[in-house]
Amino acid sequence: MNILVIVGVLVLVILVLIFRVQSLVAILRGSDKRVDGLSNRINGGMFLIFLFGGLGLFFWYTFSKSHVYNLPEAASIHGKETDMLFAITMAVIVAVFVIVNFLILFFAYKYQYKKDREVKFYPDNHLLETVWTIIPAIVLAALVFGGWRSWTEITADAKESDKPVVFEIVGQQFLWASRYPGMDGELGKHDFRSIDSKNSFGIDLNDEKGYDDFMPLNIHVPVGKEVLMRIRAKDVIHSVFIPHLRVKMDAVPGMPTQFRFTPTKTTDEMRSLLNDPEFTYEIACTEICGRGHFGMKHTLVVDTPEEYAKWYAEQSKDASFASLNEKYLVEKVPAEKKDALNAVLAKIKGEEVVAEPVVETPVVDSLTTDSTIVEVASDSTVSDSSPELAH
Amino acid sequence: MSAVAHEHDHHHEESFVTKYLFSLDHKMIAKQFLITGLIWAFFGGGLSILFRIQLGFPNADLSWLEPLLGNWIQEDGKMDPNFYLAAVTMHGTIMVFFVLTAGLSGTFSNLLIPLQIGARDMASGLMNMLSYWFFFASGVLMMISLFLETGPASGGWVAYPPLSALTDLGEAAPGQGAGMTLWLTAMALFIVSSLLGSVNYVATVINMRTKGLTFDRLPLTIWAFFVTAIIGLLSFPVLFAAALLLIFDRNFGTSFYLSDIYVNGEALSHVGGSPILYQHLFWFLGHPEVYIVLIPALGITSEIIATNSRKPIFGYKAMIASILGIAFLSFIVWGHHMFSSGMNPFLGSVFMFLTLIIAIPSAVKAFNYITTLWKGNIIFTPAMLFSIGLVSLFVSGGVTGIALGNSALDIQLHDTYFVVAHFHLVMGAASFFGMVAGIYHWFPKMFGRMMDDRLGYVHFWLTFIGVYMVFMPMHYIGIQGFPRRYYSYSAYDTWSDYVNPETFNISMFISIAAFITFSAQAIFVFNFIYSALKGKRATQNPWNSNTLEWTTPVEGIHGNWPGEIPEVHRWPYDYSKPGAKEDFIPQTVPFSETPESNLEGEA
Repeated sequence: MNILVIVGVLVLVILVLIFRVQSLVAILRGSDKRVDGLSNRINGGMFLIFLFGGLGLFFWYTFSKSHVYNLPEAASIHGKETDMLFAITMAVIVAVFVIVNFLILFFAYKYQYKKDREVKFYPDNHLLETVWTIIPAIVLAALVFGGWRSWTEITADAKESDKPVVFEIVGQQFLWASRYPGMDGELGKHDFRSIDSKNSFGIDLNDEKGYDDFMPLNIHVPVGKEVLMRIRAKDVIHSVFIPHLRVKMDAVPGMPTQFRFTPTKTTDEMRSLLNDPEFTYEIACTEICGRGHFGMKHTLVVDTPEEYAKWYAEQSKDASFASLNEKYLVEKVPAEKKDALNAVLAKIKGEEVVAEPVVETPVVDSLTTDSTIVEVASDSTVSDSSPELAH
Repeated sequence: MSAVAHEHDHHHEESFVTKYLFSLDHKMIAKQFLITGLIWAFFGGGLSILFRIQLGFPNADLSWLEPLLGNWIQEDGKMDPNFYLAAVTMHGTIMVFFVLTAGLSGTFSNLLIPLQIGARDMASGLMNMLSYWFFFASGVLMMISLFLETGPASGGWVAYPPLSALTDLGEAAPGQGAGMTLWLTAMALFIVSSLLGSVNYVATVINMRTKGLTFDRLPLTIWAFFVTAIIGLLSFPVLFAAALLLIFDRNFGTSFYLSDIYVNGEALSHVGGSPILYQHLFWFLGHPEVYIVLIPALGITSEIIATNSRKPIFGYKAMIASILGIAFLSFIVWGHHMFSSGMNPFLGSVFMFLTLIIAIPSAVKAFNYITTLWKGNIIFTPAMLFSIGLVSLFVSGGVTGIALGNSALDIQLHDTYFVVAHFHLVMGAASFFGMVAGIYHWFPKMFGRMMDDRLGYVHFWLTFIGVYMVFMPMHYIGIQGFPRRYYSYSAYDTWSDYVNPETFNISMFISIAAFITFSAQAIFVFNFIYSALKGKRATQNPWNSNTLEWTTPVEGIHGNWPGEIPEVHRWPYDYSKPGAKEDFIPQTVPFSETPESNLEGEA
């Protein structure tokens, strides 16, 4: 360590001495006063080298790694659309980037000081100013228009008739959890004051619609169906980011948000498409939320409609809030809701369902009622009402 | 007799305290801002080196940093994630406010406004001094927060509540306790400093221009500082309000920003507030702040490029119009930082339109610089190199704004490294280049000596190449979706392969480029200190420039001009005027003395 310091100091001293000697030499030669000297030519030349070297490096890297550094495979309808928009915008950007940088750096090289150069006194030109005000305006207007159309489509309210698959995602330091409507097809109300160790979602016990909701370990959605993701946060702002689905929306305490998307590829399809048997749709947090921000991961499974229906049927039957926390609910539910609770419990236990089709899910129109053997998929195992949230 | 009694006597001896500490002289206050800003730049840059170590080499054993960081290095030799976030937060705060606002605007507005408009000093020397000392006090608090046991603020430089409003998050964010309190107090003092400065700049420019210096003869530097000061006056008070409400939420139980929060195992009593309100208030300053940082740099560049191209700046009036246009638009585009915040999507559409309009005046500026270079006779002083570099960085960073300003594309790109690359190029590096260019150019005016050119060249090329090497690659990982402010990417299959620490990867490349670029600044530091003490003595007008500051004596006296204040007769950009005897005609030369080069209507 000490030797390093000594060597470092020596190197510094030598550098300073060299600097001192060369600046004295420059003064003796008078080259420090000349503006058309070697230094000016070197700097001019460097701009040219930088221009072509830099652009060369840029294009070489971009093309040789284009398969690596592209947008992740898009697996949602709006994602395909915005990817197209992104490609067009990037083409414009790269063109402007190359042309303008070329002009700046090339002019720097070309018009470096020469003693007898005629400088053009050129203070103004209205036509030029107008041209380069209007051209960017037109290009930008075109790009904005494209963006505006997609944006309005993406953010429009879901049509009632579309009956989107609804689920709720809730962020907290440092994990995500999800909640689905149970057999009644509707999410119950929530109230942050109801949150406790059993009721980590703060399901409002005054609203019987929440009794049959279920909270799976993994989020499942069916392919090709519109999904409406309702988003909440419990403590600080988080942000739901699903890169492959082109989904990003903040989760804000006290202000529910939402995002609507239609997945186009199942997890299995993505696995074979990307040639990656391990692939899962990952959900990340993109709003700084504290120490564990970088590890706030969740996963999402895109199923075929049949798989999804099966999964949904199991979950709503076996993993509902009411069935897993019967004792808790019986104790906590206000007196006037006792009957409603019993009805929900009875429905879940199948005492009433005999005459009806198995479940009227809000999501899948063609739910098969045949008695195929229900195999519990590994990722839909339900051990508890929800991941243990409160610590 | 004390110095105070001789306040108007220009020949008196000042004491150390009145000359160097509580100076009322704008030139000394400018130097105070500059030196303080540069010291902060060292800290801000140093913090970025620390978190680049983590990002480039997440598996490295960092116990060698223990003497510096103490408990922030965990027992396994890894950096504490809380320290990582604190470093990111403080890097942003320091760079944006202390370096590129105070260090840039504070230095050059103070130095150049009186000198270039022909005034003896600022409108109020006292307010000017207070402006510096409020900044200094703010800096002291911010510095103290770096040494707290719980660490400095760690919720990002934007300090969004509830993360910034909850004082007791324990291990989840220890910096949000005392660290955040100091951060808020420091910011409040900083805003006071900034407002005192801005009021002064505006008043001075409006009232104290010398005879003949009409607004259409002002150098573009002054236009830039003037407009910047107005932007600051209108936007900083809003940040002050935001900070004040946040302090209320933190300490007095109000609920401006808080509602429906369950944390640490209990439901808080706050209801009815909105975290989005803070974001609106913050970005109402935050976006203009980008231009507070950038416009002075563009003003400085305009002056340097014209001088060293030996050509008038092209489209002087268009340059002024674009500064004004940018300034106006900067107040109505803040929502593009909030496309995915959950605000009404219709607002998103409006902000998208307004945001992309701001690209137009920016494009005009870039084209005007290029046309100024065209058919010029360019002398590559270090200041000129950095100015050309600025234009390049401004364009390269600016163009990606077209993608980010588009709300549909922003869904994927928001809060990724694409954004980091964008704003570091367009406002970070570009403004830093403007500041450095200004230092090289006006060093003779500040210290009466010249900086060494050759060291300047080396400094420029290392920095210019280095900055591109650091920030260009960030676009690639940004497109891949890498979120910013992540301590590590190992948890995600989507990203971990790209930054696998076992192989040489793009993140390592960025980090190494950052280390080299940061180290290269040592050349600048050496050049600065050495030249200030022992540099070649400056001549009165070393760059053959037209503006008024070069008519003052080299040693820089109290009151700026020994005799009468010079009168101005023409605009500042009469370079290489056809027929003229020399390739520059200072603003003080009347048309009657230059019949050979007068254009129509100039007499």
